[in-house]
Amino acid sequence: MPAVSKGDGMRGLAVFISDIRNCKSKEAEIKRINKELANIRSKFKGDKALDGYSKKKYVCKLLFIFLLGHDIDFGHMEAVNLLSSNKYTEKQIGYLFISVLVNSNSELIRLINNAIKNDLSSRNPTFMCLALHCIANVGSREMAEAFASEIPRILVAGDTMDSVKQSAALCLLRLYKTSPDLVLMGEWTSRVVHLLNDQHMGVVTAAISLITCLSQKNPDEFKTCVSLAVSRLSRIVSSASTDLQDYTYYFVPAPWLSCKLLRLLQCYPPPEDGAVKGRLVECLETILNKAQEPPKSKKVQHSNAKNAILFEAISLIIHYDSEPNLLVRACNQLGQFLQHRETNLRYLALESMCTLASSEFSHEAVKTHIETVINALKTERDVSVRQRAADLLYAMCDRSNAKQIVAEMLSYLETADYSIREEMVLKVAILAEKYAVDYSWYVDTILNLIRIAGDYVSEEVWYRVIQIVINRDDVQGYAAKTVFEALQAPACHENMVKVGGYILGEFGNLIAELPFSGPVVTVLFCHLAPCSSTFSQRPRRLSKRCCAVTARSMSWLVHLQQTVHNSDQYYVQTSEVVSPVPQATVLEEMPPFPERESSILAKLKKKKGPGAVSVTELEDGKREGGELNGGGERGPETAAMASCVSQSTPSPSADLLGIRSVAPVGASLSSAGSLLVDVFSEAGPAAPSAAVNDDGFLRYKAVLWLSSCKVSAPPSEDPAPPLSEADELLDKFVCKNNGVLFENQLLQIGIKSEYRQNLGRMYLFYGNKTSVQFASFTTTVSCPGELQPQLNVQSKPVEPLVEGGAQIQQVLNIECITDFSEAPLLNIKFRYGGALQNLTLKLPVTINKFFQPTEMASQDFFQRWKQLSQPQQEAQKIFKASHGMDTEVIKAKLLGLGMALLDNVDPNPENYVCAGVIQTKGQQVGCLLRLEPNAQAQMYRLTLRCSKDLVSRRLCELLAQQF
Amino acid sequence: MQFMLLFSRQGKLRLQKWYVPLSDKEKKKITRELVQTVLARKPKMCSFLEWRDLKIVYKRYASLYFCCATEGQDNELITLEIIHRYVELLDKYFGSVCELDIIFNFEKAYFILDEFLLGGEAQETSKKNVLKAIEQADLLQENEMGLFYALLAAVSTLN
Repeated sequence: MPAVSKGDGMRGLAVFISDIRNCKSKEAEIKRINKELANIRSKFKGDKALDGYSKKKYVCKLLFIFLLGHDIDFGHMEAVNLLSSNKYTEKQIGYLFISVLVNSNSELIRLINNAIKNDLSSRNPTFMCLALHCIANVGSREMAEAFASEIPRILVAGDTMDSVKQSAALCLLRLYKTSPDLVLMGEWTSRVVHLLNDQHMGVVTAAISLITCLSQKNPDEFKTCVSLAVSRLSRIVSSASTDLQDYTYYFVPAPWLSCKLLRLLQCYPPPEDGAVKGRLVECLETILNKAQEPPKSKKVQHSNAKNAILFEAISLIIHYDSEPNLLVRACNQLGQFLQHRETNLRYLALESMCTLASSEFSHEAVKTHIETVINALKTERDVSVRQRAADLLYAMCDRSNAKQIVAEMLSYLETADYSIREEMVLKVAILAEKYAVDYSWYVDTILNLIRIAGDYVSEEVWYRVIQIVINRDDVQGYAAKTVFEALQAPACHENMVKVGGYILGEFGNLIAELPFSGPVVTVLFCHLAPCSSTFSQRPRRLSKRCCAVTARSMSWLVHLQQTVHNSDQYYVQTSEVVSPVPQATVLEEMPPFPERESSILAKLKKKKGPGAVSVTELEDGKREGGELNGGGERGPETAAMASCVSQSTPSPSADLLGIRSVAPVGASLSSAGSLLVDVFSEAGPAAPSAAVNDDGFLRYKAVLWLSSCKVSAPPSEDPAPPLSEADELLDKFVCKNNGVLFENQLLQIGIKSEYRQNLGRMYLFYGNKTSVQFASFTTTVSCPGELQPQLNVQSKPVEPLVEGGAQIQQVLNIECITDFSEAPLLNIKFRYGGALQNLTLKLPVTINKFFQPTEMASQDFFQRWKQLSQPQQEAQKIFKASHGMDTEVIKAKLLGLGMALLDNVDPNPENYVCAGVIQTKGQQVGCLLRLEPNAQAQMYRLTLRCSKDLVSRRLCELLAQQF
Repeated sequence: MQFMLLFSRQGKLRLQKWYVPLSDKEKKKITRELVQTVLARKPKMCSFLEWRDLKIVYKRYASLYFCCATEGQDNELITLEIIHRYVELLDKYFGSVCELDIIFNFEKAYFILDEFLLGGEAQETSKKNVLKAIEQADLLQENEMGLFYALLAAVSTLN
């Protein structure tokens, strides 16, 4: 290298840089810089015209100062002057300054563009390149406007020098990236594609970046590049390591170009032309083969370049996802890398395998490496590698290995880096839910998560476990028992307390057999007390939910206390805890998943009196006009319920404090011992024999309006059902309002609904079970045929995109105009991976949803029974029991039906009689029901008498499917 | 590639090249955070890390860290070799390059980079071709434009 190449005699600059480096402190540096800036400013402003060299030197100093991190607000004009210098180095410094200190002053831009234009038309390749570099470095919109049409011309002109072509290609790419609208496709595009054939490798290397970017946006226009790219790749792959001279890098021929060719091919599907495809597969095989050959050099550059091509080839194989043989070979190759001594290779192998795991051809092959990956998670010293291992475990997880993977991830969490804990927690939570065979495992896993990494368990995760417990009645008892035990630990995470508080509040009754635990009560109190006072200061949404949790567990505690006649000690704590909580929120239901408004509770909250009164008012309100029901007379059942409600509803403080009167001083906590059993079995002071539920606590929850939210259909594994199956799905919901309506591999539809009088509101939850977005998601609710005038269903449109794993909600408002027999239809359409999914279901809106229970005495019942004696008013069916004949199950179903189950009415105690009024917009239809089981024959006789004949028949049909 | 940074073990930025439009404030913030992140990593750790939504590829040469930010799809290993090739170019040009060369001849470091990478993509991967372009420029330095073509001819005979 000649001496002249280093520096060009700008001694002043070197001295200045030395000075700066010798500065002992930041202050000294700033002082020196300010001195220099003042000097330069005076030179620039001075009367004496500066020569080119000085100008260049000062501009270069300014540039240096700027690059040190200081602001520069002058010198631009001098730099622009340098652009028109006829000395190369002056021009070069001018361009460098302009490129680094981009300025938006329009006059300046005009001057710069002018200088660039001159250089572009100078036909001097060195100047042209400088100008093109400047455009590429700045890439502003103004430059695109000025040069976007000129550069393609330079790029494809026959007489353009290779080096200029290279700069022009990448310059155009930059302009296309910043202002795609200004780069117009045209005649030049086809000629650009042919640059792939150029004999100058540098030109191909530069052009391919442009072609790849253009192909991504306009695949059709550039699709001829596929065969060109394949043949170019084939020539490189099959060339000897020295053929390409200076484009061979550590014995690897043209690694950058090879990678770019493979990347370009990933913009397209596999070539349709058999010959081209064959040639490409051959290339890919050669690349895979070369990976097995002994290295030609021990240098890391050799293996890096070789493996760069290999990884890019594997990306292409994964992209095609159509060559099982290549996929498995790729997987085996990556498997070798998993144990390579180079950290970089292990990292990339883990990363690449993640995508392989999602291919059906290689998923199983990836799974065979599970032990290695688990080992990586445990032993890798670099957190970014461990992160990749965790990602891969997540990707390779399926039903067969979920338990192992979740267990490993959980144990890793105990020592995991803080930076990845939150993500790990989410992953574990998702896997646990997705592959839960039994939900007790799911509950255990989430509770473990909270135990191990409570701080990283986000709201979404612990809300979700509650949601699932609420929706799956088979796990509620287990969940209650487990949190009860968890809360006895010496130290509990706040999130554990929240989950525990909620679950015990809801399902504590299910674990009545467990011994009373002082520690659990204490832990709930201790945690909730400080929480409750801070909740009110938090953002509304959060505070609402937290208050609800507080209220939930409080309700449990209050109930415990009330019924066990606990000590003063806890009573005092209760009032301390409760008082900071806004009173209304105590009664508030757990905010829904997602948001749900409970109209009845809203009503309750408005009432000034105790909640119970408003509930009974509501009941009374509904009762009015029910001619058949014996007027507004309140049955004993309702009265009992009301009294129970008024005692156990902790809504306004009056009620809560009212506990004082029913909680005599006495029994201390320790002596309360096993009284929990009594709490739930005795069902509280005012509990009558159960019509709604067995004990006062559940009754209390009924007031909270959640008691009806606990049943769910077992998930159906069937493919999208035809309409015929929709009927079966419909039948599941006759006696319940909530649950999973439909589920297949892609989609889960959950339902929650509530009905008041002749109005209903249904919440549909559409869950995307895949990791891929659903596009064009639309749902249509229709009332076919004669249902049209009978039922009014209004739906709000849903978002057209459902992200992978996401759930969206739709609210339907339903109005019953008159009685009806058909069910409204729900059609769902969406695109999953391009394929249109289309399914139609029946919405479980049945006539019985509009039932109003009616209590009446035996005498009244039979009097009305006789009044409805016209033959068409009665519908009867005798049918074989298709489920067990368990009394409690039958009762629950009849209650779910919506009628009042009347005791002591039928002379035969084995029989069930019910009464209710169907509320439609125009009229009420009184209905009486009698169900006579014959246990010996395993048969039922079901009789319905209604004031409207069609209703009798419809109810009879619906109910006959239920027993 | 979105940007390339060269910084010293002490965290001093020696070269910065941005291929995406960012404000000076953003650039400073990114630089500060990234320098800190990379310097905190131990030797022997892998050369890639996810940072924000970018993939950072870095390598240390003596006292200097070379650090590239690429998009998710970009090939990490080939980016690593981009860094190496740039180091080779500097080395060949300066003759056993050291940090001081880059400090005192920062403009040269930029010129070499521009010949090698443009708009964040490889423009010319041949070491010979890149250096030829730079040498031509150097030979032009002390000469009037009138001598341009004569020198150009001289250079091509030299090669």
